[in-house]
Amino acid sequence: MPLDNTESQTRKFKVVGTRPIRPDGIDKVTGRARFGADAVAPGMLIGRILRSPHAHAKIKSIDASKALKLEGVKAVVTRDDFPDKTDGDAALYDVLYNVMAREKALYEGHAVAAVAATSASVARQALKLIKVDYEVLPHVTDVDEAMKPSAPVLHAKIFTDGVEPKPKKASNVVRRYEFGHGDVDAGFKKADVIVEQSFKTEATHQGYIEPHACLANVGTDGQGELWVCTQGHFMVRDTCARLLGMDMSKLRVTASEIGGGFGGKTTVFIEPVALALSRKANRPVKVVMSRDEVFKATGPTSSSSIDVKIGCTRDGRIVAGDATLRYQGGAFAGSPVEFGAMTAFAQYDLDNVRAIGYDVVCNRPKQAAYRAPGAPMANFAIESVIEELAHKVGMEPIDFRIKNAAREGTKSSYGPVYGPIGLLATLQKAREHPHFRAPLGKNQGRGMACGFWFNFGGQSCVTLNIGVDGTVGVVTGSPDIGGSRASMCLMTAEELGIPYEKVRSVVTDTGSLGYNDVTDGSRTTFATGMACILAARDAIKKLCARAAQIWGIPEDAVTWDAGFAKPAGGNAGNFPPMSLKEIAAQAASTGGPIAGHHEYSADGAGVSFATHICDSEVDPETGFTKILRYTVLQDAGKAVHPSYVEGQFQGGAVQGIGWALNEEYIYGKDGRLQNAGFLDYRIPVCSDLPMIDTVILEIPNPGHPYGVRGVGETSIVPPLAAVANSVSAAVGVRMCETPISPPKLLAALDRKSGMKKAAE
Amino acid sequence: MTAVKVSTKINGDAVDFVCEPDETLLDVLRNRLGLTGAKEGCSTGDCGACSVTIDGRLTCSCLVLGAEAEGHDIGTIEGMAKGEKLHPLQKKFLEHAALQCGICTPGFLVAAKALLDHNPRPTETEVRFALAGNLCRCTGYDKIVRAVMDTAAEMRRA
Repeated sequence: MPLDNTESQTRKFKVVGTRPIRPDGIDKVTGRARFGADAVAPGMLIGRILRSPHAHAKIKSIDASKALKLEGVKAVVTRDDFPDKTDGDAALYDVLYNVMAREKALYEGHAVAAVAATSASVARQALKLIKVDYEVLPHVTDVDEAMKPSAPVLHAKIFTDGVEPKPKKASNVVRRYEFGHGDVDAGFKKADVIVEQSFKTEATHQGYIEPHACLANVGTDGQGELWVCTQGHFMVRDTCARLLGMDMSKLRVTASEIGGGFGGKTTVFIEPVALALSRKANRPVKVVMSRDEVFKATGPTSSSSIDVKIGCTRDGRIVAGDATLRYQGGAFAGSPVEFGAMTAFAQYDLDNVRAIGYDVVCNRPKQAAYRAPGAPMANFAIESVIEELAHKVGMEPIDFRIKNAAREGTKSSYGPVYGPIGLLATLQKAREHPHFRAPLGKNQGRGMACGFWFNFGGQSCVTLNIGVDGTVGVVTGSPDIGGSRASMCLMTAEELGIPYEKVRSVVTDTGSLGYNDVTDGSRTTFATGMACILAARDAIKKLCARAAQIWGIPEDAVTWDAGFAKPAGGNAGNFPPMSLKEIAAQAASTGGPIAGHHEYSADGAGVSFATHICDSEVDPETGFTKILRYTVLQDAGKAVHPSYVEGQFQGGAVQGIGWALNEEYIYGKDGRLQNAGFLDYRIPVCSDLPMIDTVILEIPNPGHPYGVRGVGETSIVPPLAAVANSVSAAVGVRMCETPISPPKLLAALDRKSGMKKAAE
Repeated sequence: MTAVKVSTKINGDAVDFVCEPDETLLDVLRNRLGLTGAKEGCSTGDCGACSVTIDGRLTCSCLVLGAEAEGHDIGTIEGMAKGEKLHPLQKKFLEHAALQCGICTPGFLVAAKALLDHNPRPTETEVRFALAGNLCRCTGYDKIVRAVMDTAAEMRRA
């Protein structure tokens, strides 16, 4: 699609870049906003799901006859109600298997049956009456253990892809990936210094505060309605329709307000179950997960095991980088190791680089996307080694990074050559930032890291309706997960040349608009936002035509300027400019309603880089780490609503801090999750943190008319390493595992003092 | 189980309801009274999304039985604005963009109001500890703390 690439450099914005109140604000501060669990329907039943207590077990039989006899139980569904309609689509079959276990339960919490009853308490009693006969099988939950030849094999159908010759024996290794260029071995021969280290990260959960919830209503005519908290209701519609054999257009899905997702609500879990129950009971069925279910049965991210080797010359130029990454993605194929391997070295300009990734299955819940999926773990490993290398050659880590930083024209480690990018700008700004020179006290340290994320474009469809009073409704199909309605209004107002207050943005249902991809990949402000701009341009064309008609001059003799139609020049005629409102008022007599529309698949999402600086203090008695100061510097391309851009920077940084210091999935020897609640799975709370300072850089993305880049994901990439590097600077031990919890840090300090004593 | 009849005041209005003895106050508010502003994030008192006040005291409504509300004054997010007039905290949360998804916002507002009702001049540390029982996964708390501090300053000026 042709875009004026220079426009974003020179354009003077009137509305974009301001900080108005979000359009859905009042609803959200008064309790009026309706989230997933807030809906009711007449005659509604409550659905609940029975889950496997075993990490790995053959399901020999399921007997629901007693449950069905309980008064108030209206329907029970099991694997028998989910026949395979996936037609050879392996990924969709995995979704089906994850939604309801088939021959085996593959992790603790795997759904095995569900009931719909007249109340939650009847539904709970009914679950206890369902008899499942399990044959418990050996299990494995650690990624390195799962790769061993002796490990219990989850799927007899997995024969590692991407290796030659293809193995004849089934294993838990789904696929091998390789990215890079140059000759790594030759590169290492030129190295004066080489650092080689291994790292592990534990699985973390997206931790959205709203558990999954939906309300399904399917009639005997095959038509259905679904109300659901999701990042993508079109995806929910298409997936559920395919799994249940429904016609897509007969299932209308409405996205509720969504209480956080971070990637975790980009697939289906309870939705097909609620629809199946509703269809069977012929009544509306509401299903809401408990927090325990969210932890045990929805997507955490992968745990990982990573080896890194990087070599550089004495003057600090990297000559070769090599990494092997192993990610378990839970019980099904699809860990984000491919993204891990692609992003690992993306921030550096390297002649010789290689990243190998292994996608591994084990007896844990199927991973789901989590903000820049796969990148934070890889970044933790690489940026820790970069810090060590800088120290070894006696350079300031920031100077080492600047010397090797990717810039415009660099061939990235995953293939493409970068256009204009902001990595150097974030590093230079970091060096000038007061944080960088602030004094540190005893047991305190400063660390930094740089991070990268691709960002995504994808399919969007937008309709823009102009009211006869000159106000505008912009209709999108992208759930607003963090203030994007405000951005849509800002860009629409900017393009039309009218005030922000005259635009309302609505997120509509699947029956009212063409397909929209899931709100993921930091795509909404970029791609759906650009569709708003292009729909506005479509409307402007029509507004100009109406003005031409009113004036009796040719359409191409009219131009649009800051909210007004004007004759294009002296020859076109002498008419006073006509405002959008004046043209809209005459719509009925000039050809009827005026609307703009745009539908496309957006290319040109600009990559985004960030540099983070972290100060921490370690208590050597307890191993407790306190974050003292934290600064995020990131390229936003163009910040449409700067407050919400800052919010993305801050939120991602704090999720990363939680990942670095506290959060982890802890499994017992029985393969059961030991900490499925917010008390024991501890996400950062207000008193754990300082203010999170932000610096927004704006290096325009040539792929967007205003220069916008996605901003949501990059911010979670650098914190693991930034925190680890600060802890290392504070106490002089390199922490190679997350979370850097007090017991692990104390053990590392003990090892260090033990070594010191031994040396004495 | 025999249902229990309960008489309370909710946001200043007399409200009678009937509930099961094992039903939480949160379930009663949401499922019987249509007050869905309080959210269930965990049902174990760890996330604060269900925050309400009972006789002015901040409480997780998921940890209280509906039957225990007998004779008490309950305050929920729905009672925070007075008619058309938003509470200063509600205004400041919007001005500071102190919410992203908004699921935790009712709980934070109820908790922040409970703080300011008792301490009109909180330090940043006091705000951070007063709100430590409310989880927010989107914002990193920065803008929430700023909004509460700014509200306190403005209310002192008023």
